[in-house]
Amino acid sequence: MSFTMHRQGDVLVVDVEGQLIVGNRQELKQKVLDELERGERKFLIDFSKTGYIDSSGLGVLVSLSKKIREQGGELRLANLNEDLKTLFELTKLDTLFQISDSRERGLASF
Amino acid sequence: MRLTLELDIPSDVRYIERIVSLVTTQCADFEYPRRVCSLNVPVALTEALSNAILRGNHEDTSKHVRVRASLDVRAIVLEVEDEGEGFDVESFEPDTSGREWLDREDGRGLFLMRKLMDRVERVPSGSVGTAVRLTLLRS
Repeated sequence: MSFTMHRQGDVLVVDVEGQLIVGNRQELKQKVLDELERGERKFLIDFSKTGYIDSSGLGVLVSLSKKIREQGGELRLANLNEDLKTLFELTKLDTLFQISDSRERGLASF
Repeated sequence: MRLTLELDIPSDVRYIERIVSLVTTQCADFEYPRRVCSLNVPVALTEALSNAILRGNHEDTSKHVRVRASLDVRAIVLEVEDEGEGFDVESFEPDTSGREWLDREDGRGLFLMRKLMDRVERVPSGSVGTAVRLTLLRS
């Protein structure tokens, strides 16, 4: 699994490759918090290359969303596959996050 | 035909993906629906393993987690056993109606196990500790 980041305009796009689970959630959290500390405020996490997410991974997304909002920023999500959409619906987190069907729509939503 | 995998790992979350991968490969071999093998089984098993490693054994790597996965054409049965005291999986009923549920950073593991599997139950452990059994019936 890996997390890669690159900037598109004023949005920092984070690609999650593989799983987002208890074993790697802290790595994602720290990378995003480091960028928040450096002044980034708009974050889009792209899940097009993601397998599955466990409750720890969901928890990290909630935590990051709160911390980014506290700093006046925004965390948005894009490209959830059908399995991930089901997870977000089951946990009702689809009502917490703004979720786009594509990276382009996600970028345009800011 | 029934296949049974018995695995024993130290209490380290880095082992989780490997165990899950072994089981989901067998899930696909038994021709369970794609979603069962890509969502239900991997997420529920990951939750059970992380509960056992983090809460049961408190990441003490001298303690082990035992996994038994039995698959046949009718059902997938996963048993995860740790060396801790366990908790009551059957009475857990979170309130998912309010904002508090959305804002919490943990506490969704057992909820997801129960949503994704047909049965989640605490069963007698083969040794000292706690065992959880997850059952998914072929629909």
